[in-house]
Amino acid sequence: MSAPHFFALGATHQTAPLAVREKLSLDAEAAAALHGELATVAGLREFALLSTCNRIEFYGVAETADAAARVEAAFCARQKFSVGEFEKFRLSLRDLAAVRHLFEVAAGLDSQMLGETEIFGQVKDAYAGAQAQGSAGPVLNRVFQKTFQAAKFARTHTAITEGRVSVANVAVDLALNIFGGLAEARILLLGAGEIGEKTARAFQSRGAGALTVASRRLERAMELATQLGGSALPFEQREARLADFDVVVGSTAAPDLVVSRAAVVAALRRRPARPLFFIDLALPRDIDPAVAALENVFLYNLDDLAKIAEQNRAAREAEIEKCRALLGTRAEALWRQVEGRIGVCSQADEAPNRPANLSSDEISSA
Amino acid sequence: MFALLTDRQWLWLAAGFYLAVFLTGTLALRRGRPHSSVFNYLLMVAGYLCQLTGLYLRGRAVGGCPLGNPFEIFQFTTWSATTLYLVIGVTFRSSMLGFFTACLAAVLSLVSLSIPAWDATRRAGLFGTNPWIEFHAALALFSYGVFALLALTSLMFLLRNYSLKSKHVSGWFSFLPSILDLDHIGVRLLAAGVALLTVSLAVGARWWLPNPASVDGVKIICTIAVWVAYGLVLGLRLGRKVLAGRFALICLALFAAALLSLWAVNDSRHGEETGKIAQATR
Repeated sequence: MSAPHFFALGATHQTAPLAVREKLSLDAEAAAALHGELATVAGLREFALLSTCNRIEFYGVAETADAAARVEAAFCARQKFSVGEFEKFRLSLRDLAAVRHLFEVAAGLDSQMLGETEIFGQVKDAYAGAQAQGSAGPVLNRVFQKTFQAAKFARTHTAITEGRVSVANVAVDLALNIFGGLAEARILLLGAGEIGEKTARAFQSRGAGALTVASRRLERAMELATQLGGSALPFEQREARLADFDVVVGSTAAPDLVVSRAAVVAALRRRPARPLFFIDLALPRDIDPAVAALENVFLYNLDDLAKIAEQNRAAREAEIEKCRALLGTRAEALWRQVEGRIGVCSQADEAPNRPANLSSDEISSA
Repeated sequence: MFALLTDRQWLWLAAGFYLAVFLTGTLALRRGRPHSSVFNYLLMVAGYLCQLTGLYLRGRAVGGCPLGNPFEIFQFTTWSATTLYLVIGVTFRSSMLGFFTACLAAVLSLVSLSIPAWDATRRAGLFGTNPWIEFHAALALFSYGVFALLALTSLMFLLRNYSLKSKHVSGWFSFLPSILDLDHIGVRLLAAGVALLTVSLAVGARWWLPNPASVDGVKIICTIAVWVAYGLVLGLRLGRKVLAGRFALICLALFAAALLSLWAVNDSRHGEETGKIAQATR
């Protein structure tokens, strides 16, 4: 087993619990320092480091069987984590299995939230980091470029990324189905709790314009409004000012309804041509369920949103095998090309870690 | 090159293209994926060009705008709706509008082609030597094309509204435009249709008023009724008296009534028929 090989080494949410991942996580500074240390590891010809909240992974080309073990030792030493303990949670793959794993990671197939696309950018960042540090060579260049192509192909040709799978994002999608865009939409957040805040942030991340917070504790409403860059509204004015808003998110802990049907009817009279969207995330409910029967009013409660999120998740899961098969075929094709290159480079090139001098455009278009 | 096929053969070809867009769109929707908008747009353009050629050949044969029988009226209305879709459909950024337009175009084209009786009588020189009368008729039918597109966007509005109210938002419902976008498109189409029909009627009135007996009473009543009805709906919508689902339902019902009125208009002309060239151009 001393032949040069391609490897993947690390710990992910699939192999390690959160408490362990916390101890293994690297901030940017620590990652840069570790990069410097790994550059001196004997027998390690190329490497890249992928660090996210759900995984810490090293991809590399090793000249010798013990190079990966040296990477592991260097990492554990930096994190002050026992190597023996690390091995309990370790992900360790070689050659084709390692390539296939990288493909699946980039396509979001290995993510905690199946099909999420943020990981694609994080893999790109990992590759760009290796490029910048000079630790990516011909093998990693080839593997990563093909990884990006394969992940894009899988995303385009399967439904692995379709549909939102979190309640907050489902709510935002529904608002888009009603209003088209969110730049002009005015959002009223009733209650200043965590779930309301998450939903408000989801709206903001998708371009929502004006946000107003109304809470039974005005100071808390003002505090959250400041954090979110919005404004606060005295809670008792919520019904009188209803006509000023397009989306109302109810997330209070109030024991009774906080928006009545009569208030909604009155608001509709003042804005008859514009729909009103109510998102009731509260238990007990904040919005009178009777408003759902009104024309131009749309009401979704927590169960409705959770059901849609679950449907989307099920639809993504139904695509896993198709996606895995697509990626597997491409991983095998790539491995047939790369396998020989690892051996050839090993014999011909004594100088390690030469960058391929790809421009940032080439990286992003890969 | 046009003479390679007869006018009806060109129109069959056009119907085939429209049907292809509709079928590929249906298959894509069944798979829960949006169909290729570029590919289908090109198919729609191909269908449109075939229909344009067919109508051009027919127009040359009858010596004017081909609006002399139900077949020609349906073909011209379909062509108007497709013209509008090709011009403004891209602005709406809705592949579903193309899907529904293809559906309407395929149905109207195939139905009109499949009923030989509708095309049994061809009227040559229908508009005499007065180009303004021909312009009036063409513009009136073009406004019907706008109303056809309005009916489609109204149908899309009702489907989107149903999906949101019933909480069935996945699958092919997810490809429908937003409620607000559909509402805005509907109002603009209604305003454009009413404006076109108004201009058409104004042009017609310029020649009808000096000689009221020149036009059949049924035609006058039907045309004015359609114009008043659409104008009224526009007024009520702008005054925010009729909104959302009710507005969409009324637009759908009005288009059905407007299509039926074309029958009455066409039948009323039988008595005043002047020339026929039945079978002449087949």
